[in-house]
Amino acid sequence: MELLYPITPTHYLVLSAVLFGIGVTGVLSRKNIFISLMSLELMLNAVNLSFVTFSRINGDITGHVIVLFVVAIAAAEACVGLAIVIALYRLKETVDLDLFQSLKD
Amino acid sequence: MFEAVVFYILAAVLLGMGLVVITRTNPIASALAMVVAFGALAAFYALLSATFVAVLQILVYAGGIMVLMIFVIMLLNLHPDDLKPMKPRGLIVALALIGVLGLTLGPLFLTVFPAGIWGLAALSAGFGSIFAVGEKIFSDYLFPFEMLSLLLLTAVVGALVLSKRKL
Repeated sequence: MELLYPITPTHYLVLSAVLFGIGVTGVLSRKNIFISLMSLELMLNAVNLSFVTFSRINGDITGHVIVLFVVAIAAAEACVGLAIVIALYRLKETVDLDLFQSLKD
Repeated sequence: MFEAVVFYILAAVLLGMGLVVITRTNPIASALAMVVAFGALAAFYALLSATFVAVLQILVYAGGIMVLMIFVIMLLNLHPDDLKPMKPRGLIVALALIGVLGLTLGPLFLTVFPAGIWGLAALSAGFGSIFAVGEKIFSDYLFPFEMLSLLLLTAVVGALVLSKRKL
């Protein structure tokens, strides 16, 4: 009960670690490129959650600023990543990561 | 007590939706679960008094990135035969990796940072508000902020070059 009831920052950090683990599992075990990209976003968000938690612990706003940067970089990553998916789909007619093997042709 | 109840309900939603994201065969189902997960995450930010980050999470992630994702999934118009379910072998490898990592780093983490040793700092008025965050960005982090706008411009140009058939 003592571990569960008063919610401490450690609870948030453990939650963020578990979410990161789910993201890693998704990236490693799925072959669909969209689900891999979404698992990547899940991992970025797990890290954001721990940034906000540390920010709350120290009462320092810097963590929030870093989260904003991470969100902007995630947006850029999603944008370029999806453009690559479209280009690859045009070339190979598939979204299966196992079939994207050759660097040329 | 209130915080604990909200925390556990939101944690169940977040982790449950995270699992839905990585287990569905259809990417649209994953994307919709992802939107719910982002909503739960925004509520966590609000619980941690990061109000501006919470609003931004909804606006940029749920409203921007996921819409882009769903748009591309629908644009490609995948045939159901193209979608492969999760492979058990990949799942086993992934869970083994996570298990090793969790079992080695988890106890270490929990001894260094056990529950309850971290007192929460007293918050200044307006902590997490758009005013406080903006003040920090435009004073100490002005240069990274400008670099970020350059990065976004590069991403836009890059995405155009990559996805256009003929330039």
